[in-house]
Amino acid sequence: MNDPPGKGDPLAPLEPGARGSPDSIVRAIGLAAGYGPTPVWAGANFEVRAGEFVAVLGPNGAGKSTLLRVILGLVTVQAGTIAVLGAPPRRGNPGIGYVPQSRLLDTGAAIRGVDLVGFGLDGGHWGVPIPGPGRRTTRARVAAAIEAVGASAQAGRRLGELSGGERQRLLLAQALVGEPRLLLLDEPLASLDIRNQVVIARLIARIARERSLAVLFVAHDVNPLLPVVDRVLYLARGHVEIGPPEQVVTSATLSRLYGSEVDVVVDRHGHRFVVGLEGEATHPHPDDGSVAQQPAGRPAP
Amino acid sequence: MKSCLAAHLAVAAGFSPNPLSDVGAILSWQFMRSAYEAGTVVAIVSGVVGYFVVLRQTAFAAHALSDMGFPGAAGAALIGVNPVVGMLVFTLAVGAVMGALGERVRGRDTVIGIVLAFALALGYLFSSLYSGNSTEAFALLFGQITGVTSWDVVVTVAASVVALGAIAIMYRPLLFASVDEVVAEARRVPVRLLSVGFMLALALAVSAAVQVIGVLLIFALLVTPAAIAERLTRRPGAAIACGSALAVAFVWLGLAISYYQPYPPSFFIVGLGFATYVAVRVVPGRRTRSGRGLIGRWDALMRSTSPLH
Repeated sequence: MNDPPGKGDPLAPLEPGARGSPDSIVRAIGLAAGYGPTPVWAGANFEVRAGEFVAVLGPNGAGKSTLLRVILGLVTVQAGTIAVLGAPPRRGNPGIGYVPQSRLLDTGAAIRGVDLVGFGLDGGHWGVPIPGPGRRTTRARVAAAIEAVGASAQAGRRLGELSGGERQRLLLAQALVGEPRLLLLDEPLASLDIRNQVVIARLIARIARERSLAVLFVAHDVNPLLPVVDRVLYLARGHVEIGPPEQVVTSATLSRLYGSEVDVVVDRHGHRFVVGLEGEATHPHPDDGSVAQQPAGRPAP
Repeated sequence: MKSCLAAHLAVAAGFSPNPLSDVGAILSWQFMRSAYEAGTVVAIVSGVVGYFVVLRQTAFAAHALSDMGFPGAAGAALIGVNPVVGMLVFTLAVGAVMGALGERVRGRDTVIGIVLAFALALGYLFSSLYSGNSTEAFALLFGQITGVTSWDVVVTVAASVVALGAIAIMYRPLLFASVDEVVAEARRVPVRLLSVGFMLALALAVSAAVQVIGVLLIFALLVTPAAIAERLTRRPGAAIACGSALAVAFVWLGLAISYYQPYPPSFFIVGLGFATYVAVRVVPGRRTRSGRGLIGRWDALMRSTSPLH
């Protein structure tokens, strides 16, 4: 495990108005957000620094996706301040890579994994791609991003022919291809089998460490993340807290957080395992007009 | 126009041994030249727009636009305006509304169905008021490509060029938003604007295609070629090129066959598309992961010939 800056002092109090440390990626002070008149959560104070892998936990409806959407600039804050990469959140920030809950069109349409990854570079550009040196550079960067997630063999297939794990790798490559400094992942493991969950979680942690990326990783099942996580940000009952896994991932804290009996087993190597959250199945987001739950894919080769 | 064809049939009863002389015979008629001109342009734009219709799963919207254009065309004829213009005005207006509503249109099949039934009935009323019989309505519903005038050709080409230009400008963000609207929106792609823009381009394509194939057979040009193409290649650019080429082939062949047979060209255009679709569905290994075999060779061919990839 790496030892990113900030890990040694996870609960350092933030002085209001103070400038974040130079490697501050996300810094929230007294933040409140939501869609209606009452915020989903309020009074959030936390800071995420470069190279930190932060798991975002909380029961259904606690506002985990809302937090990501605030950072993406898709939801306006109701109170407090937030700085993302040293500036207020804005839509289309190229410093952010984003992988939402899996709800891609599942058709036999003529579109490949490599096209999907390419959207991360020029998906927002008008017009048709023009052949030339620029196009070759784009292709090389796309190929490098696909190589980094180990999906080169699958990238030429149609999206509809990919397994859940293969798809998540390519979506990760799409998020990485623009060389972001912050990675926002909204339940990227939701549709995967257990083996793939661990593989993808480790892959993300390795890439984040190599590139000194800050990662905010929304998850229902914290177990695949526990070996790689630096801190845990948890949302429940309108509050947002952050702390090291030794403090947050305990039977007492999680039971209070989810309002149900949750056990944390610690083995003799100090590895933690959470039992009792199996009922917290992933939830489809009705406003996405789609279903998050998908059949588990074939294990990636 | 039917009498025109029938008169000609008495002269040329079948294909000659020399295909070039057949082409010469067919194109010696002004109405056939107009039919080929309009049909070719419509086929190209249908193949391009059709790729996005299939990708975005908006085939129903294409049919709805087509149905809603029917009273527009019939009403225009009633007040002495070119039916193509009436069709364009109605489909563009309906397309803008549907594009603005976006997701909210989905799952409202009942309401849409009721509105479409009324639109068809209204179109039928307008056409019988206009001509006193149902010939006009019949031509709009099932297409009458051999009745296309040179003025219709001009309007069709203009509408098609605008639709193709719009798709070319929107190409990359539209592809992105069609596949993954959530990430596209987060990356500042104007998904709502693209939704409206695409529906307007679709409205133009529908208005153009109705002249060739009719309101009720619109899928044959806007869905069938694109659906065949997506089974022959995996690349967006290649699928668009392939879909357009197939649509052109169906229209050309359909027109040529109908020149020698006393049956409507619409049937042959639709029938050729249907037969080809059935053929590619039954080709074994169409979904092979490695893309070997017939489909793999097709893919390699499209890769080498596609202008976009």
